[in-house]
Amino acid sequence: MIKITFITADGAEHVTEGRAGLSLMEVARMADVPGILAECGGACSCSTCHVHVDPGWVAQLPEKDEMEADLLDFASDVDEATSRLSCQITVTVDMDGLRVSIPAEQG
Amino acid sequence: MSHIAVIGAGQAGSALAAKLRTLGFDGRITLIGAEPVPPYQRPPLSKKYMAGEMALERLYLRPTRFYDDQDITLVTDTRVAAIDADSMTLRMEDGSTLSTDQIALTTGADPICLPPALGGDQPGIYTMRSLADADAMAPEFVPGRRVLIVGGGYIGLEAAAVAASKGLTVTLVEMAPRILARVAAAETADWIRAMHKGHGVDIREGCALNGLARSGDGPFTATLSDGSTLEADFVICGIGVRPATALAETAGLALDNGIAVDEFGRTSHDRIFAAGDCASFPWKGQRIRLESVPNAIDQAEATAATMLGQGAPYVARPWFWSDQYDVKLQIAGLNTGYDRVIVRPGDKPGSQSHWYFRGGTLLAVDAMNDPRAYMTGKRLIEAGQSPLPEAVADATTPLKSLPLAASIAA
Ligand SMILES: Cc1cc2nc3c(=O)[nH]c(=O)nc-3n(C[C@H](O)[C@H](O)[C@H](O)COP(=O)(O)OP(=O)(O)OC[C@H]3O[C@@H](n4cnc5c(N)ncnc54)[C@H](O)[C@@H]3O)c2cc1C
Repeated sequence: MIKITFITADGAEHVTEGRAGLSLMEVARMADVPGILAECGGACSCSTCHVHVDPGWVAQLPEKDEMEADLLDFASDVDEATSRLSCQITVTVDMDGLRVSIPAEQG
Repeated sequence: MSHIAVIGAGQAGSALAAKLRTLGFDGRITLIGAEPVPPYQRPPLSKKYMAGEMALERLYLRPTRFYDDQDITLVTDTRVAAIDADSMTLRMEDGSTLSTDQIALTTGADPICLPPALGGDQPGIYTMRSLADADAMAPEFVPGRRVLIVGGGYIGLEAAAVAASKGLTVTLVEMAPRILARVAAAETADWIRAMHKGHGVDIREGCALNGLARSGDGPFTATLSDGSTLEADFVICGIGVRPATALAETAGLALDNGIAVDEFGRTSHDRIFAAGDCASFPWKGQRIRLESVPNAIDQAEATAATMLGQGAPYVARPWFWSDQYDVKLQIAGLNTGYDRVIVRPGDKPGSQSHWYFRGGTLLAVDAMNDPRAYMTGKRLIEAGQSPLPEAVADATTPLKSLPLAASIAA
């Protein structure tokens, strides 16, 4: 099992079961975690699935590509080091234990 | 207990029902949909799902248990046939009835089919609106087969991209003088056309389909307005949609290019509301209807608030995207009424953006593989600001420091 924890802006922890091949955004959606809007459904076109990755995990995730970096530049509450678009991270087995927090506002 | 019926379990309907709960409505919610499946996203139908790169479960907008958790009664595979507005009673196609206190119509749009007179009623001709449509045509996508796509709008072009990528032989006919005539400038059409030609798609513009004939299981023979004929193994029809207003008509609602609503999502009946593809609404002094996911969600959520007496006017902030091959086209704003298009080369090879102006006012941006241009344009348009066109045209002026025109009323 790939345990992924989403921490919402109110501090609540949502422990979910990830599945390899899904995006992090999809894992959140299937577990009904609030705060990830993903209006474009994962097409890397809207930046409303922005998350902050736990600093200890940043280096273990595949790097963001240019498209993601460019969109992130325009998201709210961005942190250069930890911000990612959750639709662009494909879950793999070695992400067991991953923790990400969801900012209060998307868009 | 008060009861809200949401009719049409698509993008707008599911957003509206969910928002009612978020806003604290604790009455009964029934979400009724004609399709046999829970609410799902349509955009991938002509993109990743059609390409076979996305499993069905990834299409669903919410997990099935969401509706139970939120105490939303989801009724699928059920079409509402009529509304008696005086008694607020819905009559289903199977004759059963349901009474309610308020109604939200989120019935979407219906694809326009090829008329039977052109041979449009034969098997092997598909429209592209629903999951059922996508699943029905999936077995046709076999390398080497020939597909004729009728209609050069975004959906037709996306289907062409998937088919060409899968090794099919693709011909696309567009009756208008050029593709994307209704939605984009010639500059964007030129760019997209060149991309498709590069992938071997035969695009014929200013060319109408005059008839489709088929003998038995053999290929179709299409007769085109330029006098030529061509053979195809199957046909995809992407010639647009009509707002789904039949149900609204049974309730006697005012229609105007869709169900006419005001900026609060109110129809001409005080207990009936509408949002999404089926609804036309006031926008900058005109009445428009948008066919896009962001509009479906945002208008539905604004309308939910209205229904609970918490409404604020809905101000559309249009944006859209289209994926074709490895190109991401992102569109901010609405270009209606533009008189000038500025072409701006992007930072990377193959990236470019087109900026639509009316006078000095920025209306819209089409960005091809250029998310920075898209986001910059989107932020400016939403803030009611316009960059100087000359600065936009000069690729050496960074997007972040585009000089702005003195504020001009949009
Ligand atoms: C192939 C395709 C690709 C697209 N790509 C994009 C894209 O890239 N980006 C973008 O922003 N938008 C895209 N769109 C448009 C977007 O999907 C629509 O704008 C959006 O789905 C509109 O939501 P809606 O809820 O208004 O309508 P729909 O999602 O169509 O939902 C309406 C639902 O109501 C049901 N219904 C209708 N009448 C009744 C009745 N009488 N009783 C019960 N149920 C009824 C219908 O069966 C349907 O399920 C695409 C659309 C298609 C078809």
